[in-house]
Amino acid sequence: MDGAEKAGDTVTRTCAPGALSEGRGTVRTKRWLAFGLFAVTLLLVSCSKDLPQNTMDPAGPTAQTEKNLLVFVLIPAAIVFVLVEGGILLIGIRFRHRKGRDRMPAQLHGHSRLEIGWTIAPAVVLAVIMVPTVSTIWSLARQPADAMHITVEGYQWWWGFSYTDPDMQVAYGSHGPIMTADVMVIPTGRTIDLSLTSLGGGARSTDGQPDHMVIHSFWVPRLFGKQDVVPGQTNHIVFSADEPGDYWGQCAEFCGLQHGKMKLRVLALDAERWQQWVANEKQPGATPPPGSIAQQGMRFFLGTNGEGGQCIQCHAIGGTEAAGTAAPNLTHFAAPSHDCFAGCDFLTADQEALRAWLEDPDAVKLGAKMPDYGLTEAQIDALMAYLYSLK
Amino acid sequence: MATAASVPAPRGIIRRPTATTGWLSWFTTIDHKKIGLLYGVSAFVFFIVGGVEALLIRAQLARPDNHLLNADQYNQIFTMHGLTMIFLFVMPMSAAFFNYFIPLMIGARDVAFPRLNAFSFWVFLFGGIFLYSSWFLGGAPNGGWFGYPPNSTTDPSIGMTFYAIGLIITGIASSAGAINLAVTVINMRAPGMTLFRMPVFVWMGLVVQFLLAFSLPIVTVALFEMLFDRRWQTHFFDPTAGGKPLLWQNLFWLFAHPEVYILILPAFGIISEILPVFSRKPLFGYQFVVFSGIAIGFIGFGVWAHHMFAVGLGPVANTAFGITTAIIAVPTGIKIFNWMGTMYGGDLHFDTPMLMAVGAVAMFVIGGLSGVTHAVVPSDYQQTDTYYVVAHFHYVLFGGAVFGLFGGMYYWWPKVFARMLNEPWGKVQFWLMLVGFNLTFGPMHILGLGGMIRREYTYPEGLGLTFWNQVSTVGAYLIALSVLVFIVNAIATQRKPKGLANDDPWDARTLEWTTSSPPPVYNFEEIPVVHSLDEFWHRKYAEDREGRLIRVPAGASDHAPADGHGGGHGIHLPSPSFWPLVASLGLPIIGYGVLYSWWLVAAGALVTIVGFMGWAMEPPVAD
Repeated sequence: MDGAEKAGDTVTRTCAPGALSEGRGTVRTKRWLAFGLFAVTLLLVSCSKDLPQNTMDPAGPTAQTEKNLLVFVLIPAAIVFVLVEGGILLIGIRFRHRKGRDRMPAQLHGHSRLEIGWTIAPAVVLAVIMVPTVSTIWSLARQPADAMHITVEGYQWWWGFSYTDPDMQVAYGSHGPIMTADVMVIPTGRTIDLSLTSLGGGARSTDGQPDHMVIHSFWVPRLFGKQDVVPGQTNHIVFSADEPGDYWGQCAEFCGLQHGKMKLRVLALDAERWQQWVANEKQPGATPPPGSIAQQGMRFFLGTNGEGGQCIQCHAIGGTEAAGTAAPNLTHFAAPSHDCFAGCDFLTADQEALRAWLEDPDAVKLGAKMPDYGLTEAQIDALMAYLYSLK
Repeated sequence: MATAASVPAPRGIIRRPTATTGWLSWFTTIDHKKIGLLYGVSAFVFFIVGGVEALLIRAQLARPDNHLLNADQYNQIFTMHGLTMIFLFVMPMSAAFFNYFIPLMIGARDVAFPRLNAFSFWVFLFGGIFLYSSWFLGGAPNGGWFGYPPNSTTDPSIGMTFYAIGLIITGIASSAGAINLAVTVINMRAPGMTLFRMPVFVWMGLVVQFLLAFSLPIVTVALFEMLFDRRWQTHFFDPTAGGKPLLWQNLFWLFAHPEVYILILPAFGIISEILPVFSRKPLFGYQFVVFSGIAIGFIGFGVWAHHMFAVGLGPVANTAFGITTAIIAVPTGIKIFNWMGTMYGGDLHFDTPMLMAVGAVAMFVIGGLSGVTHAVVPSDYQQTDTYYVVAHFHYVLFGGAVFGLFGGMYYWWPKVFARMLNEPWGKVQFWLMLVGFNLTFGPMHILGLGGMIRREYTYPEGLGLTFWNQVSTVGAYLIALSVLVFIVNAIATQRKPKGLANDDPWDARTLEWTTSSPPPVYNFEEIPVVHSLDEFWHRKYAEDREGRLIRVPAGASDHAPADGHGGGHGIHLPSPSFWPLVASLGLPIIGYGVLYSWWLVAAGALVTIVGFMGWAMEPPVAD
């Protein structure tokens, strides 16, 4: 049992510098070596600060609950691991055939009581494991009434977010919900209830109907385990973030060509910055000053000068005629919170990345649903000026 | 023979071939041993191909933001890697062992339906070739071996249509093989070979055939629905028209979880044969091992939704399937403990088969333990679809099944080829493979917990997981090296002259070792009469009152092994036949027809019907 307690300690302890060296003196046998390796593995996983998607470094109660349960199971698992692997090693060494000794071993055919014992013992251990498992299944499924609601929409291959609570409506037009793409901004400490829906494949939708509605899975490892985003049903994730921060996530269910690049960020803000963010998001997209190059970009975007206008078939910009829903809402494209675009594959601040994307989306992201419109350098300059004005 | 004279003999369309040697005989053979070899060689070739795909995957993931493969190529390669290893390597390699050894181990001359056996093999081979032809006809399947719609049904490439048809074809092969082997085990055992005198390998074979027979129809329905959705715009899985994407997942996993046991139980059987022989002790708790295998077979049908904990089945279903998943760990654990009990107190000879078997047990335990963590549903929300799961099932299926299958190859090589594989090189292979395997898949636990998802064609440097990916890649190439050692060993061994110093080189326990190596076409000069479990062992040894072994003096036994060199005159065996090959050839033609032209469908159907007609009309032996 000593081993069990030690395992618990080692696993749950955070990145104390002594944690690694502690076991060194006691590692005598191969058992302990194996066990030590196992513990070190866990430590490596749970300590590194450079792992933005580390499930062993939870930053909110949902992920914390899930991690605790894993650690709780890993303790008996580590004991069984040591007993069985150590047992195999010891038996292998102890009973190995030695040259020149022709021993006839006793012919043991079985031992019913022993066998019944090793049937019941694991069953009991598993039963114990299942008790907190089952209660956690139910507690994670609970949807508190006072939670803030965000609808998560999975597209090929980017995420859209709609803030559906009444106090999150925009201050213009038909007062619809605040909408963002790629980055989900949340208030720190607030319980959030996500409704997960899968929508179409984007720009190639025909007659307004979503096509290529596929299964995605929404996952931000440091905040919550995944739930699939299944067309035709609405799944929920309830979570909150303990500290302000930028949390990485990505689609975890294979959803086609660019599944590997369907990423997102969750930006948790403190109360003050959250209020500022909400106030800004409620405003329509900025209108560039007359005569500026950004204004040319806006006209091209909307097609008001007789050229361009393809953008609004899919994109929306609050306060303008652009109201497409098949592609990311660009109302606050250049807001500091929106730090990545196109499935969080590129940094918004990276002007070269945006230029390359506008030149030929398919070339920088194979299969991207945004078509290559053959834009000229001047058109791209204008569009970029406009997009970067949308703070 | 008097009856044969009074009834008019059936008249064949063409003469039945008679040759049992020469290259043509491989196409017409209905001998279970030759078919077993055909299965084994084909499966091994697919193993190499699937392995090369794995190496490409690891090469791509060796560096962050790598452009060695693009997303499209990567998706095809990981899909084909999974399909190949499951349907074209482990399943047919298991079929190879079952084919070759089940009749020998139960004292039969062949399987129940020899021509159906040949049909199974050819259908499998054509199904595999059909799947691989997709590379040249517009693109390989790219939706994962699990092929979840609507992604798989709406993907514009032709690959997933090849997937649906290809798996239907290989499913026909497995279904026919399952019925054949189940009937063989139930009906064709030698006198005295009661069910509980059957070797555990045969028992596991029987369980696997039942798993196949009951699970394949389910996935076949799902595959037809997928084919209809893709080819004729039906809406089984189409959410925009009221279809249900989760219908596929339920049907698929209701097959694919038993499938996991279809993949691992043959290796469990092999391990259960090897451990007693090299421990010089009987299997500890034979009944427990057999019953736990049967229990796994039954419970295996009740855990499928643990692949779907994150799809939103709700807390009731997640609770139920979490519990069944925990329950199935119990019979699996029993086997591990019984194997350890078998080794305990034995006289352990660590020849390569034993190393492989013990290695399989040791590695499978790790996969089993990580499997238990999947039963803990909330923790699985984090781990599912990450590399943690990739680590888990490779510990089970590579650590368990592949090590076990290699153990079987080293163990039975002398039986099949009358040559011993080189032992030192076998040990080199084992240790290389063990180290390479753990380097490849051990770090994947860390990768998964560290947040790396499955099936992503590249990952950013900022994810912080580059180092463990590199370790994993190095490990994969070590595995490749170990397989290369095996290939060289096998080729070098086959170049040596045939002949064993001893027909029973391992001092084995079961009936296949009572006949000559390689066994004659008719297997046994005289069908053996079985008096106990481990019949052959008891012909060689008796136990004294304390359970110590006493060697039975040669010739003292009244049922000494027949030497198998008497020529086998008067033993009735059916002649080879062309028809299974012809009948199976029609199926891929029908498959291409579904893709390209109704005329091809008609032509393929005609070929198959003619094949079955010729088959039915054929006389039992060549005139």
